[in-house]
Amino acid sequence: MIDFNLLPDGGLGWLDASGPASHLVLSTRIRLARNLAGTRFNARMDRRDRDAVLGSVLAAAHRTESLSRAVTLRIDQLEPSDRQLLLERHLISRELAGIDDPTSGRNGRALLLQESSAVMVNEEDHLRLQVLASGVDFGPVFRRIERVDAELGQQLAFAFHPDLGYLTSCPTNVGTGLRASVLIHLPGLVLTKEISKTLHGLTKMGLTYRGLYGEGSEVVGNFFQLSNQTTLGKTEAELLGQLGAMVQHVISVEERARQVLLQDATTVVEDKCWRAFGLLRYARTLGFEETMNLLSGVRLGVSLKLIPNVGMYALNKLLVHAQPAHLGAMAGRELDPEEMSIRRAEFVRRTLEDEVRRGQVT
Amino acid sequence: MKRCSACGEAEGVVDLTHIEGGEVKTVHLCAKCAAEKGIQTPAMTADTPLGGLLAALGGAATAAAAPVPEATCGTCGATLRDFRETGRVGCASCYDAFGEPLRELVRRLHGSAHHTGKPYRPPGVQPTDTAEPVPELKERLRQAIEREQFELAAQLRDKLKGQG
Repeated sequence: MIDFNLLPDGGLGWLDASGPASHLVLSTRIRLARNLAGTRFNARMDRRDRDAVLGSVLAAAHRTESLSRAVTLRIDQLEPSDRQLLLERHLISRELAGIDDPTSGRNGRALLLQESSAVMVNEEDHLRLQVLASGVDFGPVFRRIERVDAELGQQLAFAFHPDLGYLTSCPTNVGTGLRASVLIHLPGLVLTKEISKTLHGLTKMGLTYRGLYGEGSEVVGNFFQLSNQTTLGKTEAELLGQLGAMVQHVISVEERARQVLLQDATTVVEDKCWRAFGLLRYARTLGFEETMNLLSGVRLGVSLKLIPNVGMYALNKLLVHAQPAHLGAMAGRELDPEEMSIRRAEFVRRTLEDEVRRGQVT
Repeated sequence: MKRCSACGEAEGVVDLTHIEGGEVKTVHLCAKCAAEKGIQTPAMTADTPLGGLLAALGGAATAAAAPVPEATCGTCGATLRDFRETGRVGCASCYDAFGEPLRELVRRLHGSAHHTGKPYRPPGVQPTDTAEPVPELKERLRQAIEREQFELAAQLRDKLKGQG
């Protein structure tokens, strides 16, 4: 099994709830899609091409400052359970994990990770650079990823077109290759039934939303991933500025919805939050979606200061550790669905118990 | 594998997220059940606007009585049909090989077909190597004004000034 001690912060630094607006925004991510000039793209690559790309990227990364000490994980050589673990930690994409993909046997897939900077190799594009941080904070995240991009771009020749910019496997990413996203918790807008209006406004602005795990994933626990839809025709700063402004707007309407709920439906909201807490604190079996939805209620209660002695960091960690591969890793074996829900309930119960005890002492 | 929420038999290929009674719900549907509900299921329609646009791309050519020779990339051998089926190009040269149909798709996806972001110079290439010749810049400026792409026009004007 993967030794997460090798990874900086176990790859979970972005969960520490230290960033701006982290009571609402779990994380900010920026990724840049890059391909090597003179090498066929993913759809037409053979084994040799993929090995060559990985070899060039590793050699180049070694010569940069931002990746010279990177931990390299050969995703193509990992067990499915380990790939699922990395996916659950948001460190690799579904595509790289190859979980439900018939081409999951693709060779040369790797993840390089140094602090908050990561590079996925042989994903849909030769390189997917990504930086992940807590809360909503585009500036530092962009500066970090720009540095990785600049350093690698001096070592490797990227495919670049004078008119179309950085060339990518899929034309939806061409140009800047930049996709920025925030993972935001919007229970207020869902409860006040304002959510569809807000999301509709978002799509009109050239932005888009998805579930917890990006493209094609479901919305669970009232977590929405907001991101830019287009990547060409605007500068990186314009794309980030537009998304940033929209995120601030969504934060303000979410805050307003929460105030309305508190004023007009105090008991209903309190009851919802505490019921969620009660179930998580005492239940003996918990399903995954059920847990995510209950965690949403507790998160709302904590952020409205209705539920004391529980920190956002603990709730963030539960979001990750209550997932199937993490529970399996903790048990040291594959779990059947029934065992899984028992183990999940045990883990959630213990975490909340510890958290409350610690909160009462301090 | 996720089963279709409607028939429970086939594999769910579409995640349909909707809001019901203030709750966000997601159901998985197989291609057949999705089609019955009027939802399109070509590869990417659920996630990106690419699916629908790809379906339209080159559709006229296949309907024509006399088949038009398929655009093929001289570098990687990918055809426009491959691209239409997978939504992925085979290499960097495909962007030029597939010509106007691909440009038109890019324009419809992004509302633009011109990169205005960070410029890039590959290692070992001198600055002058990548500078666009003045006559081409002038031509692009003329086209931009004609198409009322004023933001692009302003950028091209600045570029021209920089080179002048």
